[in-house]
Amino acid sequence: MTHSVIEIRISEEDRRIARLAAAAVGLSLVDAAIPTPLPGVKPGLANIITLYVLACHGWQTAAWVSGLRVVVGALLLGHFLAPAFFLSLAGAVVSLAVLALAIHLPKTWFGPVSWSILAALSHIGGQLFLARLWLIPHNGIFLLAPILAATALFFGTMNGLITARLLYEREP
Amino acid sequence: MNCWLKLIKPGDALLALTVGIACGLAFPTLWQGGLGERVVIRQGGRLLTELNLQTRHTLQVEGPLGITVIVVEPGRARVLSDPGPRQYCVLQGWLYRPGEIAICAPNQVSLAITGRARTYDSLSY
Repeated sequence: MTHSVIEIRISEEDRRIARLAAAAVGLSLVDAAIPTPLPGVKPGLANIITLYVLACHGWQTAAWVSGLRVVVGALLLGHFLAPAFFLSLAGAVVSLAVLALAIHLPKTWFGPVSWSILAALSHIGGQLFLARLWLIPHNGIFLLAPILAATALFFGTMNGLITARLLYEREP
Repeated sequence: MNCWLKLIKPGDALLALTVGIACGLAFPTLWQGGLGERVVIRQGGRLLTELNLQTRHTLQVEGPLGITVIVVEPGRARVLSDPGPRQYCVLQGWLYRPGEIAICAPNQVSLAITGRARTYDSLSY
């Protein structure tokens, strides 16, 4: 057996990102298995991981985990480079951008629940705008906005609470 | 339950409340397309009359099968009776919102509510 000349150094950070991204991918598969009444209405369980990583390891690691989750999740679900992949990517990019700002909110007033609600709303907002620009070029699509925002609020609160609980149990 | 509640910070509750109210307000404004303002009645394809949705009227419209009775009240209108066999337009009941329409096809009578802005006949995805 020949030894490879290429040696990839794996840092502790890489391992952590891989481990957390794997958990996020697993949750996004669970997400995809849950039947939904309307396209776009999803619990978004993988966001729990993103928020947890954001709180414990910072925004950059969260962005890595989220990006890997979108790409690997799409590969496993078979919609890589299909419209659903770009919608998912748009949602992830916009919500990461909003989270970058949200983590600077005063900690005594705003916790993971706020982050989660803001991330869920911006996720669905990014998806709606991409869908309007590209897939359904008609303003009628914005009629879905109240339903999608209401479900984003509901699932955002749930995911935020779960994240807050995870963080609380980690260091009470 | 208590241990979940203490995970919510005051700002979180405030944000959730604000978003909830915004959603609640978005439903009527986005979905109603304004209020119904006028009612348009057609017979055999031609415009018979256009009435304001503010005063009471009872109209008798004559078609090939007989007389269709239409009632207009402040904010709503309906077909009260129709000689057609299946009575779809009567069963539709009161119409309130712009874009709603009751069609009595056998007697060639239609009753449509219109708003300030002309909305779409239909949207498909």
